[in-house]
Amino acid sequence: MTPSMNAIVPMACVAAAGIAAMVAEAFREPGERMPIAGLGVVGLLGAAFATVLLWNHNASSFGVVSADNFGLFVTGTLIIVGLLSLGISGPTVEREKLPAGEYYALMLFATAGMMLMATATDLLVIFLALEVMSLAVYVLTGIRRDSPASSEAAFKYFLLGAFASAFFLYGIAFTYGLAGATRLDRIASLMAGQAASPTPMIYLALGLLIVGFGFKVAAVPFHMWTPDAYEGAPPAVTAFMSTGVKAAAFAAFVRVFLSAFEPLRGHWSEAIWMLAAATMILGTVVGVVQSNVKRMLAYSSIGHGGYLLVALVSGNDFGKGAVLFYLLTYAITNIGAFGVIALLETPDRKNDQVSDYAGLWNERPGLAALMTIFLLSLGGFPPMAGFIAKWYVFSAAVKAGYTGLAIIGVLTSVISVFFYLRIVVMMYMTPTDTPVQCPAIPKIAGLTLIVSAILIVYLGILPTRVLDWAAASISSIF
Amino acid sequence: MVTLNHYLILSAILFAIGTAGVFVRRNLITILLSIEIMLNAVNLTFVAFGRALGSADGQIIVFFVMTVAAAEAAVGLAIVISLFRHKESLNPDSFASLKW
Repeated sequence: MTPSMNAIVPMACVAAAGIAAMVAEAFREPGERMPIAGLGVVGLLGAAFATVLLWNHNASSFGVVSADNFGLFVTGTLIIVGLLSLGISGPTVEREKLPAGEYYALMLFATAGMMLMATATDLLVIFLALEVMSLAVYVLTGIRRDSPASSEAAFKYFLLGAFASAFFLYGIAFTYGLAGATRLDRIASLMAGQAASPTPMIYLALGLLIVGFGFKVAAVPFHMWTPDAYEGAPPAVTAFMSTGVKAAAFAAFVRVFLSAFEPLRGHWSEAIWMLAAATMILGTVVGVVQSNVKRMLAYSSIGHGGYLLVALVSGNDFGKGAVLFYLLTYAITNIGAFGVIALLETPDRKNDQVSDYAGLWNERPGLAALMTIFLLSLGGFPPMAGFIAKWYVFSAAVKAGYTGLAIIGVLTSVISVFFYLRIVVMMYMTPTDTPVQCPAIPKIAGLTLIVSAILIVYLGILPTRVLDWAAASISSIF
Repeated sequence: MVTLNHYLILSAILFAIGTAGVFVRRNLITILLSIEIMLNAVNLTFVAFGRALGSADGQIIVFFVMTVAAAEAAVGLAIVISLFRHKESLNPDSFASLKW
């Protein structure tokens, strides 16, 4: 292997596992059970091994993929997302009789695209990675073909996603026209020369790129697809896409705007400021009135996107580290929460209304306790990881002088606690005559959820080591 | 004399037509076609910039975009077919089981 291939080894491992899953499905006898998810675990562990070896080496492949510590930290987060998603997918695949090979292959291909997106240093490669990821996720959203809601969700997601990628691509076209290249380092040197007197075309390119990224990270007003896609998709897929897609898109967002367009900071920071404020407020306020747990968590995930935007707009070292730490904790927590929803679903009932959670503590004390940990972490209660993550984001905003954003952030967190606690109160304190009937919990899925909960508490109590890694990651590129 | 600006204006008009089509048309297939128009407007921009800058990059990027557009159309049409099986309709207004 030539040295220049090193940087793509993690995503190559995952893509190879995806191809193996596809081939395994082709050779599977009808009705035969194969441990296809195991192939994915092997690929992801290979990727994890490669990531550890590449750490601190700043490997670069083809001049367009750079495995710097920033990209590797996000790659690590995505590996965790992949492993946890594979862990909670088993019951869903069994119950819905989904084609296992296709399901796992698509999940692995999407993960490979996400990893490429996090490490790419060329706008065109970022676009290709975004499409590799998105196309796989569109299909995963609609994988329950017999369910009208699933197909509808897939179409809405596809339509707005394709629409947004056209905007994103148009932005790349103008950037290419300005800089004569799509490489981020060359764009940065050109922008540095023009920062004093930007031309209208620079604003056009910036605006189109913000729209494109805004759709992918579900920032208000580009969030319309999110609740529908999250509600219609199988919960295990929602867990995967609400975390993986967001992590990859934010990694690329941060990389593009804080490296290539850093010289123009004064021109885009106000736009992102407004996006962040609108996203936090709308995500929280609309979340309060939802009666469906999946829709509620979809709006909560929009709100969390707003907190990440606050860290992005702060843009100081503190803020960049906060983005990475926030992505990691949010990913683990949200997968856990959707994992519980996935385990409560039965073939004939979705059990996804808030009222379905009444009396869960008596029926399934384990699931209720896990859900409580996840919801408290999403709400930002100490000693959960979500508290540390939010604390870092808001102190980054205050340090950068964005006190207004920090105040909006704290207020919306307080409001969001209302709807997280509503489910907790439902589970523990509301008696019910018709308790939810949920199937037995498969061992692997239960174990996955317990591991996520332990990680959340660990990151909440002893965050220093991971925070140090995050701080080391940002110093490598910006 | 056709200058860079002419090409850029033409592609902007095409992009606007595509964008309007996505919002205005009430047929899923036509909406997919409108997205294709948007992508091809971007292709025209790339080619025009590539020629103006005297570099081949712009032309080569178009091949990537065409590949992506083909893959997107394949997935999009597959999703439309699975939708059509449920409702026997191509009107987006008839798909409202999830509230917008």
